[in-house]
Order: sequence, then C-alpha cells, then structure tokens
Amino acid sequence: MSKMAGADGDDSLYPIAVLIDELRNEDVQLRLNSIKKLSTIALALGVERTRTELLPFLTDTIYDEDEVLLALAEQLGSFTVQCVFFFFVNLEYLDKAVESLRKISHEHSPEDLEAHFEPLVKRLASGDWFTSRTSACGLFSVCYPRVSKSTKSEIRQHFRTLCSDDTPMVRRAAASKLGEFAKVLELEYVKSDLIPLFAALASDEQDSVRLLAVEACVSIAQLLPQEDLEKLVMPTLRQATEDKSWRVRYMVADKFSELQKAVGPEITENDLVPSFQNLLKDCEAEVRAAAANKVKEFCENLPADSRETIIMNSILPCVKELVSDTNQHVKSALASVIMGLSTILGKDNTIEHLLPLFLAQLKDECPEVRLNIISNLDCVNEVIGIRQLSQSLLPAIVELAEDAKWRVRLAIIEYMPLLAGQLGMEFFDEKLNSLCMAWLVDHVYAIREAATCNLMKLVERFGASWAQSTIVPKVLGMASDPNYLHRMTTLFCISALSEACGQEITTKQMLPIVLKMSEDQVANVRFNVAKSLQKIGPVLENSALQAEVRPVLEKLATDQDMDVKYFAQEAMTGMYLF
Amino acid sequence: MEEDTDSRKINSSFLRDHNYATEADIISTVEFNHTGELLATGDKGGRVVIFQREQESKNQPHRRGEYNVYSTFQSHEPEFDYLKSLEIEEKINKIRWLPQQNAAYFLLSTNDKTVKLWKVSERGRRPEGYNLKDDDGRIRDPSTITMLRVPVLQPMDLMVEATPRRVFSNAHTYHINSISVNSDYETYMSADDLRINLWNLEITNRSFNIVDIKPANMEELTEVITAAEFHPNQCNTFVYSSSKGTIRLCDMRAAALCDKHSKFFEEPEDPSNRSFFSEIISSISDVKFSHSGRYMMTRDYLTVKVWDLNMESRPLETYQVHDYLRSKLCSLYENDCIFDKFECVWNGSDSVIMTGSYNNFFRMFDRNTKRDVTLEASRENSKPRAILKPRKVCVGGKRRKDEISVDSLDFSKKILHSAWHPSENIIAVAATNNLYIFQDKVN
Repeated sequence: MSKMAGADGDDSLYPIAVLIDELRNEDVQLRLNSIKKLSTIALALGVERTRTELLPFLTDTIYDEDEVLLALAEQLGSFTVQCVFFFFVNLEYLDKAVESLRKISHEHSPEDLEAHFEPLVKRLASGDWFTSRTSACGLFSVCYPRVSKSTKSEIRQHFRTLCSDDTPMVRRAAASKLGEFAKVLELEYVKSDLIPLFAALASDEQDSVRLLAVEACVSIAQLLPQEDLEKLVMPTLRQATEDKSWRVRYMVADKFSELQKAVGPEITENDLVPSFQNLLKDCEAEVRAAAANKVKEFCENLPADSRETIIMNSILPCVKELVSDTNQHVKSALASVIMGLSTILGKDNTIEHLLPLFLAQLKDECPEVRLNIISNLDCVNEVIGIRQLSQSLLPAIVELAEDAKWRVRLAIIEYMPLLAGQLGMEFFDEKLNSLCMAWLVDHVYAIREAATCNLMKLVERFGASWAQSTIVPKVLGMASDPNYLHRMTTLFCISALSEACGQEITTKQMLPIVLKMSEDQVANVRFNVAKSLQKIGPVLENSALQAEVRPVLEKLATDQDMDVKYFAQEAMTGMYLF
Repeated sequence: MEEDTDSRKINSSFLRDHNYATEADIISTVEFNHTGELLATGDKGGRVVIFQREQESKNQPHRRGEYNVYSTFQSHEPEFDYLKSLEIEEKINKIRWLPQQNAAYFLLSTNDKTVKLWKVSERGRRPEGYNLKDDDGRIRDPSTITMLRVPVLQPMDLMVEATPRRVFSNAHTYHINSISVNSDYETYMSADDLRINLWNLEITNRSFNIVDIKPANMEELTEVITAAEFHPNQCNTFVYSSSKGTIRLCDMRAAALCDKHSKFFEEPEDPSNRSFFSEIISSISDVKFSHSGRYMMTRDYLTVKVWDLNMESRPLETYQVHDYLRSKLCSLYENDCIFDKFECVWNGSDSVIMTGSYNNFFRMFDRNTKRDVTLEASRENSKPRAILKPRKVCVGGKRRKDEISVDSLDFSKKILHSAWHPSENIIAVAATNNLYIFQDKVN
C-alpha cells in the first residue's frame, strides 16, 4: 500500500479500508485475501464494532464460494464465543467452525465456559436444523471437563437426547464422538450413562451408525477396568462381529489390532481368537481382506506364552485357506503380511508350514500377489535364508519381468536392487543380469527409464569394478544399435552411471563412445550427447574437458538442428567452457 | 379418494406458447420436495425450473397456495465424448431432492452421464456502504478517510441463486436412468443400463459399484436395468427393474457387490396374451416404493402393478392403463411409441396411484374403492379453477358424443412424467413442454 498525501487522513486506516471494501469484491481471490486478514480488521474496528457491525455483515457471506467460507470458518478461532454463534445457523462448513471452537475453548476460563460456551452448545443441541445438532456433538467433550457439576449433568442429558435423535446424521455424529466424550467423563458416568448409549447406537437400524459405534468400542474398552469389559463391552463387540451388514464386520476387522490391545490377553484368547477366525472366513471378500491385513499384527500381539499354540492351531489353518481364496484382493492382502509370520514362528515352523504357502503365492495367477511376496523377502531371509526360495523365486521374477502389463514390469524393476542385495552378486550375475539388460530396450519408455535407474543403484551396491566387467560393456555395445531409442538409452545410462563408476572408467571407456555419437544421424541422439556431456563433465578431469569435450561441443553448437545447437550451448555455459 | 375425482381442477398451468415450442422446452422430469413446498422440473435443454408454493394469506383464503416460479438455472450443458465420438445430451433425466438441512435447498439433477448437487438459496439483502467510494460511486480521496465503515446489509428484492456444489462424473459408461437418495442421507445411487453405483454425497472422485449385470461377452446381453430406487426407510435395501419385466430387491448388508438379489419379483406370463411384442411391453419403465415401504409399484407399457414386498410370485394388484392399445401394438412399434417410458406415482397416503397415457390423458386408480378415472391435461381445460371432466376412450362400436376413439388419439402428446404432493392432493403433470398443476376443489 502506498502512502498517500494529505495531512487530514489517518494513514493507517487506508489499508484496513481497502480490506473491508474487498470483503465484497467480485473477485474471489480478493475476498479470500480479506477474509484471511479478518483479525486485522477486527483489531482495527475494536471489539464492540466487530460484534455489532462486522459479524452481522459477514453472516451474509453464506452465499459465497467454498474457499471463502472455509477461510471464514478457520478465522473463527480468533473470535470470542458469542461472536461465533452468529455463523452457526447458516454455515455449511460447520465442522471447520467446530474445529475452531474446540481450539479456542481452552483459552476460556471455566467461568467463561459456563457463561457463554455451554449455552452455545445447548442452543446448538436443540437447534431446528440437524446441522446445528450435529455440530453440538463435536463440542461436548471440550467444555465438559471444566464446568460445574450441574452443567455437566445437563451436558450428559443433551448427549443422551442426541443419541436418539430422529435423523441418522445426528446419531452418526453422536456415535463418532462417543469415544472422545467417554474419555472426559468420570468413570462412574461412563458406566452408568455412556454404556447404555453405546449399546443402543451399536444396535441402530442404520448401518452407518452401527459401524461408528465399533470405533467407539475401542476407546471405551481402553477406559474401563478389565473386570468390567466382559459385562459392559464384549456383548456389543460380539454382536458387531456377527452383524448382518458386512460393512460393520469390516469395521471390526479393520480395528482388530486396536481392539486386541484394548481388551487384553485373556479376553483375546477366549473371545477374539474365534472372532478373528470367523472374520478370516467371512462370506464377504472385503471383510476377509481386511482381516487378512491384520494377521501379522494380531499374531505379534498375542501373549507370549500361548502365541505359538494359538497361531499353529487356530490362525494358520485359516491362513492356509486364504492362500487359495477366490478373490485376488484377499490373496494380495495376505501376501503383504504373511512373510512377517516367519519371525514369530521361528525357523522350523517356517520351513514346515509357511514355506509351502510362500511358494504357492509366488506362483499365484495375480501379479500383485507375487509382487507382495517378493517385496517382503527380507523377513524370511532373516529366519531361514533365501536359498530355500530361490528355486521358485527366479521363475516368478522372470515371469513378472516379462508381464504384458508395463506397470507390473515397473514394480518388479523397483525391487531389483533390494533383491540383488539379498540374493548376492553371484546369483544376480548368473540369473538376473540378462533381465536388467533386457529392460533397457523395453518398448515402454517408463521401463527403460526405471531400468537405467536400477543399473545405477546396482552399481552403487556392487561397486565400480563389477560394473566394469559385467554391465559397462553391454551398455556401451548398445551405442551402435540400429534403433535410435536404444542409442539414446546408452547415453542416459552413461549419464546415470558415470558418478558411481568413477573417473577412470568414465574417461577411458564411456567418454569415447559419447563423443563418437556426436556424429549420429539422428538429431535427438546428438542433442542428448550434449546433455550427457554436461552430466558427466564433473566426473572428468579438466584436461579431458578442454582437449576432448570442448571441441565436440563447439562443433555441435554449429549443428544444423536448432535443438542440438541449443543444448550444446547450454552445456558449454554450464561447464564454463566458453 | 375422499373427494370426488371429478372435482380435480386446474390451479395453475405453465403453458409455453405452442408456436414457439422448441425441443429444448420438453419437460423430462417433475419432482416435489419432501414438504411439497417446492416443485422442480427438468427439461430437454438441460434447464431446471423450480416453483414455490405461495404462503396462504388471510385476505385471499380461497386462493390456496399457488405455485410460482422460484428459480431457473441451467443445470447441464451439452458435451462431447471425444473418445467415442458421441454427443452427451444435456437433457435432465431425473431430479431428486435432498431433505432440508438449513435455510438452503439441495437437489440432485442428472443427465445421461453426470450427476450434480445443486444448492438453491435466497439472498434478500445486499451490502451498502463503501470506504473508498462515495455512495454515488465516486472514488474518495484517501486523505478524507477518517474512520472505517463496515458495510450494512439492506433489504433488496429477493434473489434466488442456484450454485453447483458437487459434480459426480465419469462413473457411467451407459446412460443414467435413475438416481435415488438413501434414507441415511449420506449416500445415493445412480443407475445406468448395466450398472448401479453408490456415492457418498460429500465425495465426488470415488463411487462404489454395487450392481453389475454386464455379461463378459456383450453378445450374450439380454436384459438391461430400467429403473432403481432405495427403500424409503431401510438404508440397506434397494430395488431395480429390468427390460424383461423383473424386479430384484437387494440387500447391501449381505455383500459388497449386490449381483445376487435377495428377492426376485416376476409375474408369470399369461399364455393367452402372448404375442411378438410381449417382451417389449413387459419392460418396466418405472419402479416406486410406497411411502410406507411395504409395497412397490411398477409400470410397464400397458399396466401398473402394485407388489407386496413379501410376495415375489405375483403382484398384489394390476391396473390396466390403456388396454385398448393391445390391438395396436404393431403400429405403436412402427412409430416407436411402444418404447415410451411412462412413470407412475403414489399419493401421500399410498391409497391412490397415478400414471400417464397418450393424448395428454392421465389415469388415477383408487386402491381402496377400485374406482379409476381418466383426465386430460390440455389447453382447452386450462381455464383457472375449471373443473376437469373425466374422459373416456371408445374401444369399438358406437362412439358416444364426448368419447374419443382409439384411432383419434394423438400419440405425440404423451404424459410420461408426473408428481404427487407428499401430503396434499396436488398433482403436477408434464405434457410435452407444458406443466399443469391440479388440486382438489376447495369448498
């Protein structure tokens, strides 16, 4: 803002005046800008004028764009509670407004909370529109801890009412806040007030309400003492595990590890293990997949003394079934965690029971399943060493490397450095080297690019002398390939490998090839020569740069093709060769 | 019905001038909102027109709330699918209202490919007073600004604005024929010829496929989905009808993909009525649950059927809409009328059902008294507060004076879309590009 002339005007008012006017500018960005500086405007106006003039004006921005409303809701945090109430009647973004209110609630003294905050919550809880009742649910837990006993009783009453509201939205909001509210409630009230509400919501006619109650189950279970769990929580949990709606059962499966930790080892052994078995055998694939995802975690968190027995007798049989499930997502989910079981079960059990499962999944018709096994080999390596698998591993890798879908090929390339590390240099040279070279000439560019990057990582792992003997000759050999795309790949490889290979190899073997390609027929190759030279420049000695690189670049700078000229000049500038 | 059907009268009609009638004006859907205060229509040109009922006033007690235009907006525009070289029509196939959650109104409107959520809200005030400008609009000298001015909201003429809040696109390969909001108020479904998708109203970039009847080999395709609807209060239940005259009821609790139905409704075919056209006329064009949720109604070419959800073997009641057309099926096939998709509606108490026919006729059936009536929506009858005369089609032999013979029926004038107020006896009938609103006579 420029300073304006004139002695009468108050300079500092001008920027604020602009902001205020822009609150209703046609341009959304200007409105947004002003809204974000709302606290500045409010400061300039003072508390009274903000409350009596600014806020009533702002309530009419309900017709505004999404972004403006969101920004407005976020700004509410800096206003006092009374002001905030204005917005609640009409705002759609109540959840954002509620978030703001929750943040400012601890800035309020208990007296303030009693005097202003709680009445606000009360008004919202009895509002006509269900949106205000929904937002009330988000505010109970923030004001409860610091208000008086009688107010607390009122709040509990409001919550009770909202749990049996007519509209599903409000009941959903209540169910989703149940856990949070339970955390701030005194234990006696959790047992007397909240548990019945929890049970009611868990039997609601709307699926969407019941599945939120499952989430609350975890929080509530964490709060209650062990001896109360069996009576107060387990009946509801058992009901949820057998719910008619698969979405509720899915939720149970999804939260299973948290539930396990919350209910403790004894209930886990008696109740959760059979429940988990049922989920693994559920008729709906989505549920089985969710449960399969939790197999490793569940097994890890079983009590140490009974762990092995439970796994061998109860879990493993179900897992064996899942390996041949009809649904690929189930198998895929299983494949991503099943290897982890080897560390829990130890060497002998792994070899006898798990190894056949790994091998079966390694041959699965679905590529994702195979990929998930391959990506988790390190767990198995720790326990039994990779040799056992390598026989089956190689055909599996080869098949994935040649899959018709390029994304599958891409995925296996990305595991190659990891595999090379685990399988060792010899194995790699013998079996996998040719694959890596074949990828360099794949039809799909993304594969060629990934293959180049892969080579770089391999050289970093195995070292420059390995590179020199095994891959550099082959890469350089591609320089005379009839297909220009392959010749370009040579250049990309050289660019990627030069640093890892070191100065000698780069200067003695790679540089001559690059320089020769500057005379290539195809312009694309020539300008990539320039780019490559720029890339490998830092690795070369200055004498080589001056004697060999510079003349070539100078020649390319006078090339017929515009792009060749351009990149040659860029290279020279970049390497200070002008 | 309690009151005599003869006392149906025109309350108001919105007639567009025939001389300038364009295809774009053809009304393609009609829907009351949950309170009946608003009535939405969609047309072939992609526009939505919303009517609002006037508040009853003390000084004109005999003018019970009439419907006036409240808002008009362009919901969909014509598009072009570059990949398939096909035009995507902007015609609004269906409108469904959301229950009201604050002072604004929300509705879903859909064309063949895209569903949109619209917010319709009122603005009755406008800000007055600038800091940097005079009241007449002249820029003020910054040096003369000595205090800050907050704009004040002054009343203005009511403005109703419609803004698109969500666009749900790219989920349907085939043409969307139905949308239906779930009783959980969180999700809705959209159905095309072969698939049904479930959406969350808040999430536009993802939808779940819940029914897929596409065969692996398209040459084996024998039936398509014609309509679908959620149960009015059971959040997990929905039905979909097919071109082969079957209805499937599905339970979303049972499985993620509801290809397997829970109930299958089909009436066994009457062998005496079998003809070359049997399958075509058995295709169900509309399916609607009753308000109670106990029954559902289906419309096929010649009949309306009421089914009890507990009985899959045959319908509870069958009503002949225009059986006199049965002998004319051949010519109706030739002029494509046999493929017309008529809708059907329940009244608020589920005691009367209504559906349209040709020649701007529409039919009402009282389920209790078993009486039925045929009425006409036309300009001749459209003097305000005129009482409609029942019409009759003469099927053969001697034609009485005010009857009309089958061959004189105008098949270009068809009433495909209509709606019944959720609690009162007010109906909205779309006749090509005209909208008629009728209500019971006030005594």
